[in-house]
Amino acid sequence: MKILVAVKRVIDYNVQIRVKEDGSGVVTDNVKMSTNPPDDNAIEEAVKIKEAGKATEVVAITVGEEKAQETVRKALAVGADRGIHVKVDGILEPLAVSKILQKIVDKEKPDLVFMGKQAIDDDCNQTGQMLSALLNWPQATFASKIEVKDNKLEVTREIDEGLETIEINIPAIVTCDLRLNEPRYASLPNIMKAKKKPIEEIAASDLGVDVSPRLEQLKVEEPPKRKAGIKVANVAELVQKLKNEAKVI
Amino acid sequence: MAVLLIAEHNNKELRPFTLNAATAASQIDEDVHAVIIGQNSTEATKQLSELPVVKKVLSVEAAHYENFTAENFAPVIIKLAENYSHIVCSANTFGKNLMPRIAAHLDTSQVSDIIKVISPDTFLRPIYAGNAFATIKSNDVKKCVTIRPTSFDPCDGSGGSAPIEKVEAGEEFSNTKFVKREEIKSDRPELGTARIVVSGGRGMQSGDNFKLITEVADKLGAAIGASRAAVDAGYISNDHQVGQTGKVVVPDLYIAIGISGAIQHLAGMKESKVIVAINKDGEAPIFSVADYGLEADLFEAIPQFMEELNKLNTIQK
Repeated sequence: MKILVAVKRVIDYNVQIRVKEDGSGVVTDNVKMSTNPPDDNAIEEAVKIKEAGKATEVVAITVGEEKAQETVRKALAVGADRGIHVKVDGILEPLAVSKILQKIVDKEKPDLVFMGKQAIDDDCNQTGQMLSALLNWPQATFASKIEVKDNKLEVTREIDEGLETIEINIPAIVTCDLRLNEPRYASLPNIMKAKKKPIEEIAASDLGVDVSPRLEQLKVEEPPKRKAGIKVANVAELVQKLKNEAKVI
Repeated sequence: MAVLLIAEHNNKELRPFTLNAATAASQIDEDVHAVIIGQNSTEATKQLSELPVVKKVLSVEAAHYENFTAENFAPVIIKLAENYSHIVCSANTFGKNLMPRIAAHLDTSQVSDIIKVISPDTFLRPIYAGNAFATIKSNDVKKCVTIRPTSFDPCDGSGGSAPIEKVEAGEEFSNTKFVKREEIKSDRPELGTARIVVSGGRGMQSGDNFKLITEVADKLGAAIGASRAAVDAGYISNDHQVGQTGKVVVPDLYIAIGISGAIQHLAGMKESKVIVAINKDGEAPIFSVADYGLEADLFEAIPQFMEELNKLNTIQK
């Protein structure tokens, strides 16, 4: 069984982002970038399935600019076997990414495609579901537990009401929640070894996919700031303020 | 062309956020039709027809719609889409799971999680965990839009009488099987719509200590929230998580106890009307959004808080 895992390079989750003064986006120059956190869970899960002897190959793929390749290299350092980097510059919408992934799936013929449930930059939560639609494959979104059975997966999904379990036939798409597993850190020897693992570079233009944006981002602005509050001295003062000032209890 | 609203329900009744999505849909175009897909969902269908903003209800029933599987739902909506300019539903786990599957089939770039309708093709949406707002114009012929429920008031629930039209069911998608749903039943208000939310974080130190949060919530008639750290540590189940990858809440009062306030958590609660933070670390980022901050050990503060609440003659419900 072959597992394709899609990873995205995003501004690190610990960075407090800054909006550009001209309203054209957020500042990315000299800002720490990392793999989108739930994509790390997706890689970890694929590697664990391989380590359990239930998969034969884990291929990490990213779609994006030159530097996006760092995320594939990181995936290789934690256990992916080889990488694919589909190069494309500029703004990429989830629809375009899913069309590119569809082309790669046609070529690579994986049994499973994993990715994070949502990217923490655009917060779209679309790519996995869109890819499932394009391939007409089953989708298991927001996965917090995956059990591999014969030609099937049993997946526990985190939903607003609690948990839902579904069974999907392979081939299938799974989008991963942060609670799926604990991603491992890359050891230094594995980072060195990863440098020798192959990464295939493909130009998006060679895939015959129209990636031009359909959405116009007219403006990016800072959200309204909350006005600063006060510190209260003790619990009695807190309750008095809530009752008589804020009038919420 | 009219707007098609996808109703969320549990076959017995409408789920509350359908009313918020209906409001958003009516801001795009007054001509709102709503589709309800389910099994034995007569009562929920009737409720939908009673929403005054809904002009027509499309009802689709079949056994394979009982569990809301996106693979079964999407083809129904794709078929209906030709008559509509927009397809709208809530950006909760129901809508997040379903809408992209529709959008990709329609070759439409979805606009996720909008917080404002600026015009029928332009929307405001948060990005980067709500640390920036983007104004997005969609140039697609058909627009697929998910809405952040807490950013739109629920529409009136009664007074309407839209005609109900039956629509033929589609085929079953055989590669996905529903197994089970474990819903956590509670008499407390739902987290997403509660007037007061009391949340605990890693500072609670154990699942056992979360009963202190429960006591406060019971006293105030509040829902219980949690930071991701608390859920990850197993103190409480996932349906309580507030934040960028959990639920977004906008209560009148949000009480954060033992929560440091990572940006991912703030993304889910910083629009609350009044925020209280109780934390022993005076430098914790949660204090930067709190209207009332109390720097204290929560294990001392909560019992005192209960005592003070008990002294009050009345507590608003």
